Amino acid sequence: MEQQTLKALLRVVAQTVVAHAEELTALDQAIGDGDHGLNMKRGFERVAELADGISQQPLPQALTEIGKTLVMTVGGASGPLYGTFFMTLGKELPLDPTLADISATFNAAIAAVERRGKSSPGQKTLLDVLVPVQEELSAGTANVLERVKRRAASAADATIPMLAVRGRASFLGERSIGHMDPGARSSALVISAVCDFLGD
Amino acid sequence: MSNVGIVIVSHSAKIAEGVADMVHQMVGNAVPVAYTGGNADGGLGTDVGAIINAIDRAWSDAGVVILVDLGGAETNSEMAIEMLEADRRNKVLLCDAPLVEGSIIAAAEASGGAVIEQVKSMAEEMHRQ
Repeated sequence: MEQQTLKALLRVVAQTVVAHAEELTALDQAIGDGDHGLNMKRGFERVAELADGISQQPLPQALTEIGKTLVMTVGGASGPLYGTFFMTLGKELPLDPTLADISATFNAAIAAVERRGKSSPGQKTLLDVLVPVQEELSAGTANVLERVKRRAASAADATIPMLAVRGRASFLGERSIGHMDPGARSSALVISAVCDFLGD
Repeated sequence: MSNVGIVIVSHSAKIAEGVADMVHQMVGNAVPVAYTGGNADGGLGTDVGAIINAIDRAWSDAGVVILVDLGGAETNSEMAIEMLEADRRNKVLLCDAPLVEGSIIAAAEASGGAVIEQVKSMAEEMHRQ
């Protein structure tokens, strides 16, 4: 990816997260500790601040740097979860990846997030967006950005009836049902912003 | 210091400090103790960089155990351990124990010169009784 393109992409993603910070906070207030919006905003604002330096590096190193930045700034469990995701992408992705490479790397990053969060799909977490998105990535190049974007949004919606088993929301038990998972929503937002940018 | 160090990680700086006070009351300065609480903005939460600093402050050649309160503190502490240099990483253990009781039991055990595995298992065992 061109340096200028990556820099612009990082800024667009950060703008999206910042624009939805209040919505993420509201979702987290319903079933968690209410800090997800502010935490994600802090992390992605920092990524945007560092976008010049990050985008000068080859894509794998840039992804690792994004992950480390999120780990060090987000706070809350979402920092290590998002950080681990990006750091694994950085570790596994080849320099000039094909869609098949991206799909395989995405799979490795999902496995790393599962280990980090001691969680699996179906437990009302960001995994419930990442796993369906990976399915779309593995289904070939035809209309892939549009498919990924739609699937991410519908997958986030599908966390509403789920029972939270991990994280702060699990303390609510059955009362966690009926609310969208904030981490699922934030990952759908980031994925959607990336798809929109790459589609333009 | 040859005794195992204790790191206290809470979402709240006040809780972390208060637990450290209780530990000091129990063991004085016989055990290296460091605490951290709050996110990078000073709000409730935990901060990987601050946890790494706390591990440095409580460092002992005998190792360091970490006591945490809730999920994010655990996940961020695991992340902090992984980000340590390789020769330190396997000398830091996270305890699955309640923060207050676990910290005090761990410190009491450490003050008697117990090895790190013993400190961890004693903190975890008391919690299950």
